[in-house]
Amino acid sequence: MANATGTMRLKLHIWRQKGPNQSGAIKTYDVTANEHMSFLEMLDVLNQELIGKGEEPVAFDHDCREGICGSCNLVINGVPHGPQRGTTACQLHMRTFKDGDEIWIEPWRAKAFPVIKDLVVDRGAFDRIIAAGGYVSVNTGSAPDANEILIGKADAEEAFGYAACIGCGACVAACKNASAMLFTAAKFAHLQKLPQGRVEADRRAVRMVQQHDAEGFGSCTNQYECEAVCPKEISVTSIARLNAAYRRASLRSVEV
Amino acid sequence: MSRLTKFLGSTVGAKFVVAVTGTLLSLFVVGHLAGNLLLFRGRDAMNTYAESLQHLGAALWLIRGGLLAVFATHIVLAIRLKLRNQSARPAGYAHEATVQASWASRSMVLTGLVVLAFVLMHLAHFTLGWLEPTKYAVHETVGSGDLLRERHDVYAMVVLGFRSDLFVALYVVAMVVLGLHLSHALQSLFQSFGFRSPSFTPVIERVCGTVAWVLAAGFLLIPLAVRLDLVGTEVTP
Repeated sequence: MANATGTMRLKLHIWRQKGPNQSGAIKTYDVTANEHMSFLEMLDVLNQELIGKGEEPVAFDHDCREGICGSCNLVINGVPHGPQRGTTACQLHMRTFKDGDEIWIEPWRAKAFPVIKDLVVDRGAFDRIIAAGGYVSVNTGSAPDANEILIGKADAEEAFGYAACIGCGACVAACKNASAMLFTAAKFAHLQKLPQGRVEADRRAVRMVQQHDAEGFGSCTNQYECEAVCPKEISVTSIARLNAAYRRASLRSVEV
Repeated sequence: MSRLTKFLGSTVGAKFVVAVTGTLLSLFVVGHLAGNLLLFRGRDAMNTYAESLQHLGAALWLIRGGLLAVFATHIVLAIRLKLRNQSARPAGYAHEATVQASWASRSMVLTGLVVLAFVLMHLAHFTLGWLEPTKYAVHETVGSGDLLRERHDVYAMVVLGFRSDLFVALYVVAMVVLGLHLSHALQSLFQSFGFRSPSFTPVIERVCGTVAWVLAAGFLLIPLAVRLDLVGTEVTP
């Protein structure tokens, strides 16, 4: 809620850090925004003001601003992507806040996601988890016919639910243990639900979990904070699937 | 690295073993409660049950050893995971928030350590008799004629033990903490084992929450009933 003209005065507490391995601190800024702005547009306004004053603008990740690229990564008042469920920070609008609000903006916090600058973190760990096994091996040059392999509606729906993961990392940021289980499990389970993905499922489960652990993420303790903040509302059923698959693969002594 | 160390060294594998050992400990809790509730069937039922446990001989020590191993594995793996989880976030948030995780789910190591402290106290109290030796060393005479014999009067020991406000208070606190621990643990087992579905999980969560508090309440009945003179009034110091 803003005042009659839609403008709102806010006090922002933002994490500022010049570069990797440097110490940072929360700095406080006053900004006047409009209730129709997205959260990122509000930060754009702040940055314009900072540039005008000759100060360093706040660095934050963003790309599509349509909620599908997974770039934006802001912990807003302690909650990744802010207070609105199933919404990325770029799709969050200032009408969610009130005139006079104080807002805390911090980067994803995890050992495996080192801060590069201000609110920007390095999410390369996710790429390495995918590279470890989050793919299906296919031969190139001979594209199979579409619909050659039939997939049941329920399996297709479930696989698609997991495949909706945009890899933003909110699950890690929200997890009390900085675990990346929801990401890893979603990327595992969307393939496991499909015939093409079942072939390498054992090896995939073991390798992805190994890489997840090697990156320094924590373990899942079944609190489901990840599911609650996931902008794509990915179900923790994926984690149950990975738990079972990893156990089976370990019992079968899969060579990886 | 062997297959087992690899499995135990992984976050998912260690969590699975914590769940397996937790299941075994929960089954022990159920069995222990069933045995303890014999107190309400009187001195003879309680003492005969206790005597039959003692007569297991070597098997009793096998069970005790197994239980100790399970307990130790559960604690060591859980604490190792906790340390790992803490190191996974070296710098925390200036503005912390929790969306939906319960206090119980966030305090499993704390409640677990309280339960451990309680178990040690409980063993020193009723199994080893170190805390109140005179109340522990009570015996009754059973049998007739030539078969007359003495046996440990567990019934009187428990009744005398729970006439103390201090011990009743300690047991009440410990059982509330056990209830909190189990309220997250029991439903969490299913997820760690990989059983989850939209139809089955809400039922499991409700049933497990109820079972956790029924178990805690079951244990609480004993000290409270003794302290309120609802049972054991015939026992004299």
